[in-house]
Amino acid sequence: MFCEKCNQRPATVHIAEIINGQKQETHLCEICAKEIKIHGFGFFPQMNLNKFMAGLLNGDFNGSSYNQTGATGKVCEKCGVSEEQFANKGLLGCGECYPYFEEKMLPLLRRIHGNMRHVGKIPERKGGRARLVKEIEIAKRQLKEAVDHEEFELAAQLRDNIRQLEKSFEEGGEG
Amino acid sequence: MPINGKTSSANSRWMNSDGPDAGIVISSRIRIARNLAGVPFPHLLEPEKSMEVINEIKKALENKEAADLIGNMELTLMNDLSLLERQILVDKHLISLELLNNFQSRAAAIRDDEAVTVMINEEDHLRIQCLFSGLRLKEAWAVVNNIDDGLERTLDYAFSEKLGYLTSCPTNTGTGLRASVMLHLTGLKITNQLGGVFNAISKLGLTVRGLYGEGTEALGDLFQISNQITLGQSEDEIINNLISITKQLLAQEQESRQVLYRERREVIEDRVCRAYGILKCARILAMEETMRMLSDLRLGIELKIISGIQEKLINELIVKIRPAFLIKTAGQDMSKRKLDIARAGLIRKEFENGHIGH
Ligand SMILES: [Zn+2]
Ligand SMILES: [Zn+2]
Repeated sequence: MFCEKCNQRPATVHIAEIINGQKQETHLCEICAKEIKIHGFGFFPQMNLNKFMAGLLNGDFNGSSYNQTGATGKVCEKCGVSEEQFANKGLLGCGECYPYFEEKMLPLLRRIHGNMRHVGKIPERKGGRARLVKEIEIAKRQLKEAVDHEEFELAAQLRDNIRQLEKSFEEGGEG
Repeated sequence: MPINGKTSSANSRWMNSDGPDAGIVISSRIRIARNLAGVPFPHLLEPEKSMEVINEIKKALENKEAADLIGNMELTLMNDLSLLERQILVDKHLISLELLNNFQSRAAAIRDDEAVTVMINEEDHLRIQCLFSGLRLKEAWAVVNNIDDGLERTLDYAFSEKLGYLTSCPTNTGTGLRASVMLHLTGLKITNQLGGVFNAISKLGLTVRGLYGEGTEALGDLFQISNQITLGQSEDEIINNLISITKQLLAQEQESRQVLYRERREVIEDRVCRAYGILKCARILAMEETMRMLSDLRLGIELKIISGIQEKLINELIVKIRPAFLIKTAGQDMSKRKLDIARAGLIRKEFENGHIGH
């Protein structure tokens, strides 16, 4: 049998692995096998994201903040998932887990995303106040840009607009 | 088309190579994650409750008032498919690996043209994806966004004002959006520039993976590039960022191909024609070698060294030469050696009409 990679030398190294749930055997010559060892089969680390995250979080749990809150840890009242379960599996149990584990979640989210604030799509039925908050944020960003570009007329308009939006937010309106 | 049509044909619309820059940007994909408010995430659900989720989403998909946004979707329970059929759907990029391995109480609704899939009870209650040929991320997002709006008419999503869409894995929290492109970067590979390019990409908050995603090797110089960050950036920002980086990569890949063709013309022609010769004549073809030869052949088509073979055929072959499709076609399980022989036979037949240009 010849090497599957170069098809030039006899295959002396046999590798069996499971790819997409199917067993695949690879037969290589020593030279090609060595190359694969050096460069890896792909060119990038093949890490499991869930496990990686669990590792990050476990690090947090073993830190001082965890010992202060006690060894049993919190359990989400809605779904029953504990902090330890989350740390082991890397998966939360339900939407309510987020506010429940907020103390741990926010630093974790910042580590993953470099940010802790959603600025994307808002479901229409959640609309209302969330939409208002977003509109204020966008207007503030536009205001900063207008000031940076010395477009003072536009800036004044935006300032009025923000004041209005903030007023209706304080009054509990839904935009 | 019923699901057995989707597993007996290797073709999907995205393989037709008719999108912008489809010679190098093979496909664009948008996927969003959504969950139902007040319902534990799929990995915690008992089978009975999982079926309730499937039924609730099925109803939302069939909601007449949202039909213009959602289109015609056919829902299939993963339990009703064989492992082989699920594997073919994975190979065609229509469902995820997660549904291949965990198929109890899970479902997928696939649109007739196979451009859209709604997966139910994957890692999240809902995963909506759209897959197009070429660089068409914005168009794919428009489709997904519409379906999302349509479903939301009847479904109540787990959402927080501060953190956005709540997902079972915190790596998706926020927009729940994963935008990705599949690129054929063979010029950069041959000229030894991939390492530097990928290094730069990873610093821009993007990840690089092989043809079939996480943990798979980069067969045939095909790479998936996708965003890593889902929180703190809007959907448009994420998509525009990926588009501009893809355009950069596209320009660099084209440039390296031009340099190769200008300065190493005989070497490149020899490489392409050798690949073609092997594909046309070989009697035993292992997966890795075939993908490498198809990569060289695709380059040859793009450089007009080879004519009479369409890139659409290459895209379809990537599915046809995988074990699942070969076994399905043969109607029986095969050893690796038998697969390699069947693969070579299939390719010989497909390439009967091609020829070397000029
Ligand atoms: Zn070898
Ligand atoms: Zn919970």
